[in-house]
Amino acid sequence: MSINRRDFLKVSGAGAAAALLAGCATTASGGKPRVVVVGAGYGGATCAKYLRKWGPNIDVTLIEPNDKFVSCPRSNLVIGGLRNMDYLTHGYDNLPRHGIKMVKDMVVAIDPAKRTVTTKGGHTFGYDRLVLAPGIDVRTDTIKGYREAEAASKVVHAWKAGPQTALLRKQIESMPDGGVFVMGIPGTPYRCPPGPYERISLVANYLKKHKPKSKIIVLDSNPDIVSKKPLFTWAWNSFYAGIVEYRGANAVTGVDGNRMVASTEFDDIKADVMNVVPRQRAGELCALAGVRNDAGGNWCAVNFTTFESTAVPNVHIIGDSVSASLPKSGHMATNHAKICAAAIVELLAGRQPEAAPVIANTCYSDTSDTTGGHVANVYRYNAEKKAYIDAGGGGATPKGDELNHAYAESWAQNIWSEVLS
Amino acid sequence: MHKILILLAASATLFGANAYAVDRGELLASTCMSCHGAGGKSKGAIPTIAGLDKAYIVKSLQDFKSGARSASVMQRHSKGYTDEEFALMADYLSKLK
Repeated sequence: MSINRRDFLKVSGAGAAAALLAGCATTASGGKPRVVVVGAGYGGATCAKYLRKWGPNIDVTLIEPNDKFVSCPRSNLVIGGLRNMDYLTHGYDNLPRHGIKMVKDMVVAIDPAKRTVTTKGGHTFGYDRLVLAPGIDVRTDTIKGYREAEAASKVVHAWKAGPQTALLRKQIESMPDGGVFVMGIPGTPYRCPPGPYERISLVANYLKKHKPKSKIIVLDSNPDIVSKKPLFTWAWNSFYAGIVEYRGANAVTGVDGNRMVASTEFDDIKADVMNVVPRQRAGELCALAGVRNDAGGNWCAVNFTTFESTAVPNVHIIGDSVSASLPKSGHMATNHAKICAAAIVELLAGRQPEAAPVIANTCYSDTSDTTGGHVANVYRYNAEKKAYIDAGGGGATPKGDELNHAYAESWAQNIWSEVLS
Repeated sequence: MHKILILLAASATLFGANAYAVDRGELLASTCMSCHGAGGKSKGAIPTIAGLDKAYIVKSLQDFKSGARSASVMQRHSKGYTDEEFALMADYLSKLK
């Protein structure tokens, strides 16, 4: 077995001094290198954990405003009445065991020149490297009437798991048989490409059993189903004929909570439950740091071997906020996190990061209470194109089955343990 | 301090310019854990991969890739990696306890 740098540091018994010597050019603090990770979702929690695993000499602080981790993946099962909120909700209790300093607070200011972040609670943390994993900012301002209707609980997106997930479930339960559930889908890129179609399937699964005269009208901003189309088409035709009505190229442009109407360029659609998901951009933290720098000012351009911002040095962005032709999924966020953690460990030691990373995405969608399917792809970094390129051989299941349904549940349990245990 | 400098110099000679803190096999295999669980230990229907025999892992991945062994997700993932990468990942996974 070859000796790697980590073993060497352990053997030398002088990890901090060695890191200081090797990494003095990048360690502003002059002591143990400090990394601050903001956001403890799939990406941030994984990154903090792997930073400690691969860089035991690194001082890692993880700042998160919420008490608990609530999983967005699998939240459609709650909306479809197949699980409860407890199933999605997990504590952060295990993370400090890795030597991560957990701070429950909200970051309100970032100073990239001084390399500090400041929290709402009034604390300032210095960093050598900063990792931002804020997830998405939902643009409720882009749909007319949305904010008023949302404040009155007449429309929800439930595109961040939490109170809106529970609220949407309640609204579906209260809907009369014969009611109309309107699902509005934003144009790409958005978090979780198959998510809206899985949600439609699982709401339909519930309505078919309990309110069979009801209908789901799908208003998709995209011209067609953007992910796992054969799988969802199979499910809707096989199980939910007469329940799901799909309308492509029908973006929701306005909602009226008083009249319960969702409007497109073409029609006004009367609804009993309005689940309209607006388009999104990188979380506000990214704007605070000056890294929401792609052409539209919506997402963060990064160097894909390190996930360091192309705009601001020493600031890394992982997860949904990254500008990439890759799916925005929790699974991908964990992989961004690992590549980023490894790169930071190398950079802090004065080395070059891995030049040719390879990452994979696996995403399961349930299509009913007994069937599901998947999409899986491998992406290899291409130095010439400065991007991750599909390695080929990937793809999606054309039909759902019980095996993938079982794998989906196992996947959830396993990724939660990988992120949080 | 002198001792540390000697060790650092020795490490530079030993590992050369391409040495990494994180073993490439471990970094490649880290993506496996998002489905197979922390440390390669799975809950539920997805199999545990920690501590399997190295040759068995390589053969399995090659057979998934060729189609000789049927699989669901792994038939897709295996096509994205080289034989050399299979060996690196298998070496790491086989050593997990």
